[in-house]
Amino acid sequence: MTTTTSSPAVVAPTSRSLPERLRVPAGFALGAVLLLGAAPALLSDFRLNLLAKYLCYAIVAVGVSLAWGRGGLMVLGQGVFFGLGGYAMAMHLKLTDAAATGETLPDFMQLYGTGDTLPWWWKPFADPAFALAMTVLLPMTVAALLGFLVFRRRVKGAYFAILSQALAAALSIWLIGQQATTGGTNGLTDIQGFFGYSLDDPVNQRMVYFIIAAVLLLLMAGVRQLFVSRFGELLVATRDSEERVRFLGYDPANVKLVAYVLAAGAAGLAGALFVPAVGIISPALIGIVPSIGFVIGAAVGGRASLVGAVLGAIAVAWAQSTLSDALPAAWTYVQGLLFVVAVGFLPGGLASLGAVLRRRRTAAPTTAPTPATAPAPTTGETA
Amino acid sequence: MTVILNQSLTGISIGAVLLLIALGLTLTFGQMGVINMAHGEFIMAGAYTTYVLQKSISSAGVSLLVALPIAFLAAGAMGALLEWLLIRRLYTRPLDTLLVTWGVSLMLQQLARDIFGAPNVQTTAPDALTGNISLGGGITFADNRLFILGLALLSVLALTLILRLTPLGRRIRAVVQNRDLAEVSGIATGRVDRITFFIGSGLAGVAGVALTLVGPIGPTMGTNYIVDAFLVVVVGGIGQLKGSVITAFALGILQAVLEYSTTVSVAKVIVLVAIVAFLQWRPQGLYTLRTRSLA
Repeated sequence: MTTTTSSPAVVAPTSRSLPERLRVPAGFALGAVLLLGAAPALLSDFRLNLLAKYLCYAIVAVGVSLAWGRGGLMVLGQGVFFGLGGYAMAMHLKLTDAAATGETLPDFMQLYGTGDTLPWWWKPFADPAFALAMTVLLPMTVAALLGFLVFRRRVKGAYFAILSQALAAALSIWLIGQQATTGGTNGLTDIQGFFGYSLDDPVNQRMVYFIIAAVLLLLMAGVRQLFVSRFGELLVATRDSEERVRFLGYDPANVKLVAYVLAAGAAGLAGALFVPAVGIISPALIGIVPSIGFVIGAAVGGRASLVGAVLGAIAVAWAQSTLSDALPAAWTYVQGLLFVVAVGFLPGGLASLGAVLRRRRTAAPTTAPTPATAPAPTTGETA
Repeated sequence: MTVILNQSLTGISIGAVLLLIALGLTLTFGQMGVINMAHGEFIMAGAYTTYVLQKSISSAGVSLLVALPIAFLAAGAMGALLEWLLIRRLYTRPLDTLLVTWGVSLMLQQLARDIFGAPNVQTTAPDALTGNISLGGGITFADNRLFILGLALLSVLALTLILRLTPLGRRIRAVVQNRDLAEVSGIATGRVDRITFFIGSGLAGVAGVALTLVGPIGPTMGTNYIVDAFLVVVVGGIGQLKGSVITAFALGILQAVLEYSTTVSVAKVIVLVAIVAFLQWRPQGLYTLRTRSLA
């Protein structure tokens, strides 16, 4: 694979005024000010709630950037992990909602259910600590299982992409089929409370936003550390030449597994946070189509650049909800074009645009095999 | 026993549909490592071709027969165009073709929605294909299913003959086995790629015609089949016709029997688990091309 990049994220152009070692903390601080200060101060409750939803997609994109951008794993089943995290959270919230009104069963089970008792696999989710742990552990376990089986046997990248898609299809079909215990096509809807706080109250919605923004920032900081660590180097090496990594004495299967499981954990976390922000989780959010949708933001912004992937995910989600309300048909064309243009012609995403243009201007156009397009630091913030 | 046999026959007809779709994929996936998600929309193109033809030709039987070659050409042309416009530029990044062709597939779906409307449309089946054939002992096989089975087997036969006996087939096989060596031997691999894509996409169009006999025609009809068809190719082995044939029928029967003993949704999950387990045993699929390359 001669895809995008091989150089680590921080490639400092010499003309920058800020010292290199300060640029990452400065970018992080700027992001924190924007997300935790400017956005809540300037946006209305409604807009802030929308932003909270976009930030959930951005959390998924952090994982996609790690697994796909740096690890070369085409993770097309992120919807599965998003869904597992979301359902784990929603099950707990549904149970507490039901308990608050003195019922033993969530509302939809009283409608469609066959019995008066809670299914055994719902019961542990009444415990908040268990449910919270499961939002991350459940996706990670599934990813570890699939990843272990697939990577250990060196199943090809294309096969892996198709299997992860099939997993997304299977989970959404299964959820739809089990209407009595999962809510079927409707999913788990109408979630009222969030650990004792009513979600109808705008103040509590703001609290949810702050939680999501903080989680995103912390996750970005953590994953960035991972990018520059030895593991990050090894991951990029595995992406670019798996055989060489193997000959050097490392096991690429383990490297890929860790990246895949971490990406699944991020997606699960995003799903769990999505539920209080939006108030619903349903099979329509986790099937094949939304699963592919999770990677497009990262592809547009720049899959190998963390900031690029996050900004791309936010921008695409914003464009989707803005355009698809006004002109649903137009949005589908735009989305299709985004895939074609971003992946086909700008594999480094918008984050690499600066570097590509700079190279066009300086280098002779005869350098036939595309040299590694370093993900250029986007304005102000760094990867 | 009768039930199991009947379910197996249902499975065979599911398998025949999968086979028709997977045949084209085997070619393009095997030839260039291209994961063409727009393949499903070529199926849709074939189905809408049948629909349009039936509007202009009143006889259902004649329009169906006319639709077969026309759908092949229409879908094939779309495929060749796609190859020429996009896929050949992504030659060094086969995995990325998945996302690019997914984008194309989204646009084609919307195009169909704009032209034919979002609701599904239907064609009338020819009278000759509306009955059942009784095989004795309460076992029956619907005529339209039999037609699809025949069409699938005929396509396999035709493709096998082309690959085995014609100069074109020889060139295709050479490129599949070793692209660089084929190129230095004077084969225009780019042209072979385009022709392969034409044939593979054309077969999707034929599959689309067949699908009008068993279900409605709609903008998203391709998406319903595409992942299953890819699983057939994955399990069968890349670029291997016999692998696809065996796998399509095996998966079809497994799915049908499981659907009977459990539910549709549980059957899907079990089939997927079975596939992952199978890949533990044969990570490259049922039949593989033996090469010495590492990749």
